[in-house]
Amino acid sequence: MLTMETLCKTYPNGTKALEQISLNVDAGEIVALVGGSGCGKTTLLRMISGLEAPSRGHVAIDGETIHAPHPAIGLVFQEARLLPWLTVAENISFGLDDLPKAEQDARVDEALLRVGLAGYGKRWPRELSGGQAQRVSIVRALVTQPKALLLDEPFSALDALTREKLQDHLLALWETHRPTLVLVTHDVEEAVALADRAIVLQPKPGRIFADIPIDLPRPRDRLSAEFAEAKRLVLTALDGSINQPNPHQPGKVYSPAAGGSF
Amino acid sequence: MSEATLDTPNQTNAQPQAARFAVFGTSFLIGLVLPVTATLLYEGAFRLGLVQARLLPPPSRIFTTLWTLAKTGELTTHVLATTWRVGMGFGLGAFIGMLLGALTGASRNARRLLDPMLQALRAIPSLAWVPLFILWLGIFESSKIALIAVGVFFPVYLGVMAAIANVDRKIVEVGRAFRLSRLALVRRVLLPAILPDFIIAIRSGLGLGFMFVVAAEIMGASEGLGYLLVDGQQLGKPDQILAAIIAFAVLGKIGDWLIVVLTKPFLTWQDTHQRGA
Repeated sequence: MLTMETLCKTYPNGTKALEQISLNVDAGEIVALVGGSGCGKTTLLRMISGLEAPSRGHVAIDGETIHAPHPAIGLVFQEARLLPWLTVAENISFGLDDLPKAEQDARVDEALLRVGLAGYGKRWPRELSGGQAQRVSIVRALVTQPKALLLDEPFSALDALTREKLQDHLLALWETHRPTLVLVTHDVEEAVALADRAIVLQPKPGRIFADIPIDLPRPRDRLSAEFAEAKRLVLTALDGSINQPNPHQPGKVYSPAAGGSF
Repeated sequence: MSEATLDTPNQTNAQPQAARFAVFGTSFLIGLVLPVTATLLYEGAFRLGLVQARLLPPPSRIFTTLWTLAKTGELTTHVLATTWRVGMGFGLGAFIGMLLGALTGASRNARRLLDPMLQALRAIPSLAWVPLFILWLGIFESSKIALIAVGVFFPVYLGVMAAIANVDRKIVEVGRAFRLSRLALVRRVLLPAILPDFIIAIRSGLGLGFMFVVAAEIMGASEGLGYLLVDGQQLGKPDQILAAIIAFAVLGKIGDWLIVVLTKPFLTWQDTHQRGA
């Protein structure tokens, strides 16, 4: 469904953000991109979204190469990024301009109900808490019914309790249309709670270090032994990605300058 | 007033009408404290014979002059003439400033092409245009309006250009992610985003409009508040000069207040630290 082929990104100042990323994501799959800071996971997401162009390689959705933001792909940012001059309802219908007004209203009302914000439609964004704003931002991306939804550390600014609630909200929303989800996170627990696969990225330059399937039934019990085991696997890979040279490039000499001097 | 805000903690604009007027009334009165005190002090000093009233007449005499001017209808004529000139010049200057500011703010190429020339023109003291405008447009209304428009143009142009160029990248990206066309991006994201800055720009534009109407009227007019100033100087009537100055202050304040009041409904979304104060 989403295919990335030998994606590379070098910034004008010579920084190599990503090198040779190849990845396939199936329809309806939830994939978590995990990695330490500076591993290029946000850059990768921005290239899938079409906001940034790769230096080499290409991204495609259902075989169609992505050059610019694509109608079938929704995007949720790290901050809610609601437009402050629009009410909550107007923010949610921001991408629905082509639909008749009645259909817009119906979708907005349903969306607000789904995220527990019924009756909040006429409020201003400044009147929402961080968690409420991020819920609005998620449904703003979902009401257009995209085939794929990209989320860039959407819950990282929230407290632990709110974060867990919003992860559950996200899964409940995903259940209805089952869009493909690609989620960038630095939170291993979040990756294991949500994803079918955790892709661990290695920094400098960003490469795929490990691709770990998480075969746990949903709803997932965060306190179970299996959950803990999956978390341990991803954490070990994450540690390895920071402390070791790339296993896919055996000839390369490990240098402490490349990160990992603990 | 306080119980009204407590009743509706989460609602905007839900304060009862009466409470809002009370708030408005209070702040209006606070604003009057300094000018009224100064007026009374001076009047008192005059009555006690502490100041010479030949060059700075006491408030009572200024207001008598103002009242006489108003009664004969003379004041209305002058105020209307000045208002009309400022209105025309401001409309023209603000409109062109808005268009060019939006263009140079949104397009880097337009900025490269237009901005250097406009900045160079801005460096010319605007009064230097007067002889040329009189030569081109005659000594009557057109040259005055042109001068006012030039004065209004620059703050509006600069304000709009800077505001558009400074719109948060993250907000613009939301527009891009939803695949807005260039025009839709301007209409649905850029324009609402710059509205607060735009209002400040036209307010400073209007202020300069009043500055230049005085210049224009001093240089030759048979009516207008600026004419009253010159007339007062030539006939040695400081009370008339001060009356005209007071009329300017009132007129300018009303103009500014109108902009603020008329645009307020479009800014209720703002999340500023003085909200509700």
